[in-house]
Amino acid sequence: MDSEDTTIDTGVPDAGAHPVSRRSTLGGGAALALLPLAGTEAASAAAPAPLAAAPPDPGQRLLLSTKVNRRDVRVEIDARTSLLDLLRERLGLTGAKKGCDHGQCGACTVHLDGRRVASCLTLAAKTNGREVLTIEGLADGDRLHPMQQAFIDHDALQCGYCTPGQIMAAVALVKEGNATSPARIREYMSGNICRCGAYVGIVAAIEDAAAAMRSGGAA
Amino acid sequence: MQPFSYQSPRTADEAVAAFGRAGPGASYIAGGTSLYDVMKLDIVRPRHLIDVTGIGGLDRIETGGDRLRFGALVPMSAAAADRVVLRDYPVLAESLWKAASQQLRNMATVGGNLLQRTRCLYFRNGTGNPSAVGSYPCNKRAPGTGCAAIGGLDRGQAVLGQSGSCTAVSPGDWPVALVAMDASVELLGPAGTRSLPIADLYRLPGDTPQLEFTLAPGEMITAITVPKTPAGRRSTYHKIRDRESYAFALASAAVALDMDGDRVRAARIALGGVATKPWRAAAAEAMLAGRQLDADLALAAGRAALAGARAGTHNGFKIELGARTVADALIIAAGRTA
Repeated sequence: MDSEDTTIDTGVPDAGAHPVSRRSTLGGGAALALLPLAGTEAASAAAPAPLAAAPPDPGQRLLLSTKVNRRDVRVEIDARTSLLDLLRERLGLTGAKKGCDHGQCGACTVHLDGRRVASCLTLAAKTNGREVLTIEGLADGDRLHPMQQAFIDHDALQCGYCTPGQIMAAVALVKEGNATSPARIREYMSGNICRCGAYVGIVAAIEDAAAAMRSGGAA
Repeated sequence: MQPFSYQSPRTADEAVAAFGRAGPGASYIAGGTSLYDVMKLDIVRPRHLIDVTGIGGLDRIETGGDRLRFGALVPMSAAAADRVVLRDYPVLAESLWKAASQQLRNMATVGGNLLQRTRCLYFRNGTGNPSAVGSYPCNKRAPGTGCAAIGGLDRGQAVLGQSGSCTAVSPGDWPVALVAMDASVELLGPAGTRSLPIADLYRLPGDTPQLEFTLAPGEMITAITVPKTPAGRRSTYHKIRDRESYAFALASAAVALDMDGDRVRAARIALGGVATKPWRAAAAEAMLAGRQLDADLALAAGRAALAGARAGTHNGFKIELGARTVADALIIAAGRTA
């Protein structure tokens, strides 16, 4: 495996020398974080232990080793960091949205070890040694996931802000076996709020995609 | 958010030891759906977080023998989908199923859920907007500062168990169902293990609303046990909300019935959404024993369950709503086959 091609290393010491703004992050996408591995960090294949528990000001830094969209990520974080902020502000993955930042709206939904979670209420530290899947990792190259295609086909959005969270929740819902009726789909999508009110299209898209996922065996 | 140290021990004993070493400001954290939320609001400011979700062996559901036993780290989603729980204890499954979104159920644990913090708007500073921090007095958040809910916008506040210091509602659903089913919690702490009836885990606010639970410092919940009963099959968790799904209860009732034909042998009833702790309704249970259940008796029991309720300015509707929620829950449970 070629670690230079598959590893995102945000190289914290560099971050101070070359500040990364949200704008440059957006512009560069995830590619900006592709830096050569620092030798010492690359060697730590085992689950890293927290750094020495010094006095907690100004915030303990943790060396985090996780996997995002099938790529290894090694990054030093402040212990307070949410998974959502790690994705958006450090890794340039801005698909997951910050709606409420309190687990109430679902716009930040991603998969953690295959299960859907609210990334805003997930401490990034909890993803150590685990696998995160975001909307950016859902398509198979240029081929959209059936759920993405179904959302387009059914006009299951207006402004689109909640859509990445809706789609990640919907994919998980189908895999859980909960796409058995429109009523059950509505109940199991209740954690994803759409302020445009595209719910009718969303339910139709999920019914459609569920059939495609079952027949196509889509992940 | 105040800075904190973070560690993730591998055994429960290590976690308890770490808690002792960490000193003041230590806190266990499990799924974090409640604690991390109130940390973001600057309501709770731990200096040391001990993440218990790396502890092995606390994520099993055991259904053999004469009790159900849920390891504290079982995700709410797993407990809600367990076949035995679904078939024999719908009150438990429904309380979890109606408690949150699937995202939160995947994160939150059945042990951590017992310690969820209140959704009182004043405790949460009105809007959940961190810029509002400090705007409202709250005896639970800052002891001695007063209660803005009393005389304020109190539509969501409790009508049972409140004091002159605090009217915040106990927010949980799962704890209400467990109280109805006479569950216990297994605890591990610096002094060793002990078992506690779950009803005794919760305090009334009294003059010390900042103290919500009876856990000793450094104690953690390791398991929940529920004695098996045939009444489990004739049970339900009925929850009334402002919207159809994914909201906290305005009123809820956990009911389980032991029936002899259409006659009630014994009833278990607990209330959520209306009280300052999960609320067992013993008077209503006693009224039902030995009697033939019909709509009139169900409503009478519902009114007995809310006897002694006191309303503030905007929450008087909860007294009638609570009674009717109990009545409907009784009819739903009685309609299920044992």
